[in-house]
Amino acid sequence: MAEITMREAISQALWEEMERDERVFIMGEEVGLWGGTYAVTRNFYDHFGAERVRDTPIAEGVIVGAANGAAMAGLRPVAELMTINFAFLAMDQIVNGSAKIRAMFGGQFTVPIVIRAVGGGGRQLGATHSQTPDVVFAHFPGMKVIAPGTPYDAKGLLKAAIRTDDPVLFIENATMYQSKGEVPDGDYVEPIGVSKVQREGSDVTIITYSKGLQLSLQAAEELSSEGIEAQIIDLRSLRPLDLGPAIESLKQTNRAVIVEEGWRSYGVGAEVAARLYEEAFDYIDSPLKRVAQVEVPLPYNRELEQMALPQIGDIVKAVREVL
Amino acid sequence: MEAQEDLQLNLNEESLLEMYGLIVLSRRLDERTWVLHRQGKIAFHISGIGHEAAQVGAAMALRRGQDWVVPYYRDLAMMLALGLTPKEFMLGVMGKKGEPSSGARQMPSHWSIRRMNVVSHSSPVATQTPHASGIGLAIKMRGDDAIVLTSIGEGATSQGAWYEAVNWAAIHKLPVVFMVENNLYAISVRQDRQMAVEHVADKAAGLGLPGVTVDGLDALAVHRAISEAAARARAGDGPTLVEAMVQRMTPHSSDDDDRSYRPRAELEALKAQDPVRLQRDKLMDMGLLSEQAETEVQERAAAQVEEAIKFAASAPYPEVSEASYPVYAGDRADG
Ligand SMILES: Cc1ncc(C[n+]2csc(CCOP(=O)(O)OP(=O)(O)O)c2C)c(N)n1
Ligand SMILES: [Mg+2]
Repeated sequence: MAEITMREAISQALWEEMERDERVFIMGEEVGLWGGTYAVTRNFYDHFGAERVRDTPIAEGVIVGAANGAAMAGLRPVAELMTINFAFLAMDQIVNGSAKIRAMFGGQFTVPIVIRAVGGGGRQLGATHSQTPDVVFAHFPGMKVIAPGTPYDAKGLLKAAIRTDDPVLFIENATMYQSKGEVPDGDYVEPIGVSKVQREGSDVTIITYSKGLQLSLQAAEELSSEGIEAQIIDLRSLRPLDLGPAIESLKQTNRAVIVEEGWRSYGVGAEVAARLYEEAFDYIDSPLKRVAQVEVPLPYNRELEQMALPQIGDIVKAVREVL
Repeated sequence: MEAQEDLQLNLNEESLLEMYGLIVLSRRLDERTWVLHRQGKIAFHISGIGHEAAQVGAAMALRRGQDWVVPYYRDLAMMLALGLTPKEFMLGVMGKKGEPSSGARQMPSHWSIRRMNVVSHSSPVATQTPHASGIGLAIKMRGDDAIVLTSIGEGATSQGAWYEAVNWAAIHKLPVVFMVENNLYAISVRQDRQMAVEHVADKAAGLGLPGVTVDGLDALAVHRAISEAAARARAGDGPTLVEAMVQRMTPHSSDDDDRSYRPRAELEALKAQDPVRLQRDKLMDMGLLSEQAETEVQERAAAQVEEAIKFAASAPYPEVSEASYPVYAGDRADG
């Protein structure tokens, strides 16, 4: 075991998979010479060369579209989008391409691509640079959408994403690259579509993922000092969505709060709550609560931005309300 | 002599000096903003250093306030030439109340200034180009007496949206000037990794509009090229692509360290071609700028910048209640 950062975990997964399988290659804006906007692919260019670490023009449509094509022709591309906000420029290739090619070809072609994209707010990058539109992509059958909250999961899940024959959107949070965690030495793979208990507790269930996990863990510490123990379920993947551990937890706590960084309307909380009401109604003793972003384009000014983003205090408050 | 021609064309002595003053002001403001960032006083800056001459040359070829401008983030000097004040710019970089583009809700240098007919651009690059074609269409349909100038970096002309918008303007002979500020870099990626053609202007041939490449370190050369393009647009002869060869003398933005991809010697060499100095020398050669006048221009710019910083530093931040934009019609839209 070693303690490493999220950045190192993602970087190691890519490096090891490229060493393991020569069909794996990276392409995207700034990934080569510069080593990536968030320095994830630093040193890759020198080691793997310009062919396998390919700087692209600023053209997201062709980055994803060409990844779809290269995948059909037998390669395993990892396409990097500098931010998930730019995925909207590749939307047709993702939605009508990546997600549907297997089905529309009756399974004759697979599209084993990974689209890495950085999301989230809190860095004063304004309304069109700071979104958390994860659910938009999770809406489409055929896509897998992963958003890890710890270095351990980031590494294990990215390896799984590269190895699966399905298209995966792998969402990283821009504010979490420096966060640290234990990661085993050597190769390991985490299963896609399996959620995970990240903190034990029996008073309330917090269901969350990615940045929400970080905030929820901090909120849980605060609650613990008041004698409230929260069990935290990390979804890790939005599609497939596994609510097994959440329902198990709910059987004991009978109360749940759902935390996400994105907007509330039609969000992760909406989907999770609907499924819990459908599948676990008997275990719910108090209306479920959602913590999410205020429904405005995210402001630039630091204070306004923080106002709009979900905070630890919002989670603590929501937990008190469901108890 | 070319410069003599410019004097005859539509630039008098006064406007040549105005151009130079704007170029110097932009440089001062820009340099001081980098310092503010280094001091940790602001969160973000994206610089136009090395682009100033081209931007001011272009702006002065327009009927300011009447023609439309759909700019991109590097266009500080262009905005100053169109009437943005240093104080307004500083409110923006400091995220202060009253910032004119968005009330400090959007990032700095995302210009949106109604009184100047300057239209907002979103952070994804090339998204402004279709807006320019659409504005051109509206001008034509309404019979308005105006044209549109839209600017962009050379790297962003790789986007599908850029081709789509230029193609469309060419088909319908829309009154648009597509200005490309070519600094040879898109963050770390050099032009030869962005396109196979030697000049962005070469792309025009395939889209059916004239394309010209001009020296973007020479404000008068850009002024002439944009004036000609604007005249074509006004005459109903359609769009023109004008590529101004400029130089990016700084990192891409305050978020970027260019040492890993840009040789220091290359950057050093750019200094010999500093457009501010080139404009100064030219004016001096023309006998329009004395040493003393030069000192005055520099001092005036410095004073304006310091005044702007003081003003913005003491301005209040927006109230937290202003976190929401005016998202829907009828929402409060102050600040
Ligand atoms: C759609 C999209 N992809 C990527 C980016 C990130 N990005 C911002 S500026 C830039 C480089 C632009 O280069 P160029 O068009 O040459 O303009 P310059 O900055 O050199 O003036 C990139 C890649 C973006 N803003 N939008
Ligand atoms: Mg450029």
